[in-house]
Amino acid sequence: MSMNNLRADLDIIKDWIPSNSQVLDLGCGDGEFLQYLKQHKNVLGYGLEIDSDKITECVCKGVNVIEQNLDSGLANIKNNSIDTVVMTQALQAVKRPDQLIDEMLRIGNEAIITFPNFGHWRTRLYLINKGRMPVSETLPYHWYDTPNIHLCTFKDFEALCYRKGITIKHRMVVDQTHHEHWFYNLWPNLLGDIAIYHIGRK
Amino acid sequence: MPETIPHDSVGLVTPQSMHFDEPLTLRSGRVLESYDLTFETYGALNADNSNAVLICHALSSDHHAAGYHSMDDKKPGWWEACIGPGKPIDTNHFFVVSPNNLGGCSGSTGPTSINPETGKHYGPDFPICAVRDWIRSQKRLADKLGIFQWAAVVGGSLGGMQALRWSLQYPERIKHSVVIASAPKLSAQNIAFNEVARQAITNDPDFHDGHYYEHNTFPKTGLAQARMLGHITYLSDEGMGSKFGRDLSNGEFNFDFNAEFQIESYLRYQGEQFTSRFDANTYLLMTKALDYFDPARAYDNSLTKCLSQVECDFLVMSFSSDWRFSPQRSEEIAEALIEADKNISYMEIESDKGHDAFLMPIPRYMDIFSAYMKRVAKEVNEGVTA
Repeated sequence: MSMNNLRADLDIIKDWIPSNSQVLDLGCGDGEFLQYLKQHKNVLGYGLEIDSDKITECVCKGVNVIEQNLDSGLANIKNNSIDTVVMTQALQAVKRPDQLIDEMLRIGNEAIITFPNFGHWRTRLYLINKGRMPVSETLPYHWYDTPNIHLCTFKDFEALCYRKGITIKHRMVVDQTHHEHWFYNLWPNLLGDIAIYHIGRK
Repeated sequence: MPETIPHDSVGLVTPQSMHFDEPLTLRSGRVLESYDLTFETYGALNADNSNAVLICHALSSDHHAAGYHSMDDKKPGWWEACIGPGKPIDTNHFFVVSPNNLGGCSGSTGPTSINPETGKHYGPDFPICAVRDWIRSQKRLADKLGIFQWAAVVGGSLGGMQALRWSLQYPERIKHSVVIASAPKLSAQNIAFNEVARQAITNDPDFHDGHYYEHNTFPKTGLAQARMLGHITYLSDEGMGSKFGRDLSNGEFNFDFNAEFQIESYLRYQGEQFTSRFDANTYLLMTKALDYFDPARAYDNSLTKCLSQVECDFLVMSFSSDWRFSPQRSEEIAEALIEADKNISYMEIESDKGHDAFLMPIPRYMDIFSAYMKRVAKEVNEGVTA
């Protein structure tokens, strides 16, 4: 764990966000990340969130929060108005991840996306052994009640980026506890639990 | 009548008045040589005068926002839900100032006041005020009270427009702006409703071109109709339906034109009640102030350009069933503030209470409002300055 108590994936991506820049956090939760960026990097941040308790927590923290459902689109935010658009652990839960990625790169110069990797060896083994939809610490739901309606693998995500002509600036792989290890990067699609991508337009 | 004052009320309050001799040049170009502002205060001003919150009232309200004037009062002030100890605008932390706007009819100089030049009521000759004129008069009140910077300026509906206008007009003198159930300008439909209200008043035979005081009469019918129309726009179809439905007073059709449906009796009662407390010329003036409000007009109609000069933080809130100033109108403000790189939080509160929801203690609304104002209070305590 790092000294700042930031969730481990956030601890990694914070370094990809320049000081004094603007950040839009899609599904910002309780505003922990934006609060950190405001305090430590003088970032002007806005979070979008739909959970009312989390919105209240953002307000308490003094984090800018807009009540908005990601599935309703981001048409209210202007082109190129934000430096970095961040979406952590939400890509797999939106209706059209492909369209949302387009929107992220329309609004922002860069985007940072983290998602659970469905290609992890444990997931593959679960399906082979049990013949049932994998349930794990990273993906703790059943097939019928999961909010994760668009699970994908590293390879799937990169194929989508390739098709859309999106540049991958950084890629990181971490395990369930969001820790990284050098050998995860040897076979990321097999060994990585959580994918962290920093992308931009060509 | 309260038998005892509730513990979370500011209790018994007495309106105050302040006289201003410095002429005020209005947006119309006309000049008010002198005027009085009536206002109430709740809570105590702190040592460095940094905990003051300004309440801006809507079309038909006044300075009596909280508490009771006497133990005989039937109702407390109009924003009792939100102002008081432990409430969102917590009088344990804030010094709350709530003025009656110029042109009003509850104490501040307006059409019902005597024009010192003529010795008669101003009546229809009282100059039409713009929102910016109110802000200037409120700023002079702040000066006299020794308040340099408001910890927050707060208002709903037309009051929200004032909270927005404050941020533009005196950016350095406001730390937070709370804009509730409001809009950056009226739509054609909004203006249309105001026009019908005005027509109802001015076509009343007792109106006498606004000089009804001299005729010892009052355009009661017209003002009541204006209020009834307004009231319809303050409620939602859903809310009206669940409250009144198609209920009949007698349970049967009467086949006449008296009030039969409960909603008819309700509207008539609301209209009637209103005429006993409100002045027709003031109503006309307030609706014009609403119609004229359009701060982006001077900035090529770009709200973003207009709002790029503000310095304060914003809380903007709307209500799902409000069709007078729908959530989309608040979202216009939120979007422009984001584009202008300002600090803004925005929520749409789920409610079937229509526009009037901003006056009611809706739990979700109270949660967010309280959370935001607690943060404002925290900044005051920490001595954070803009």
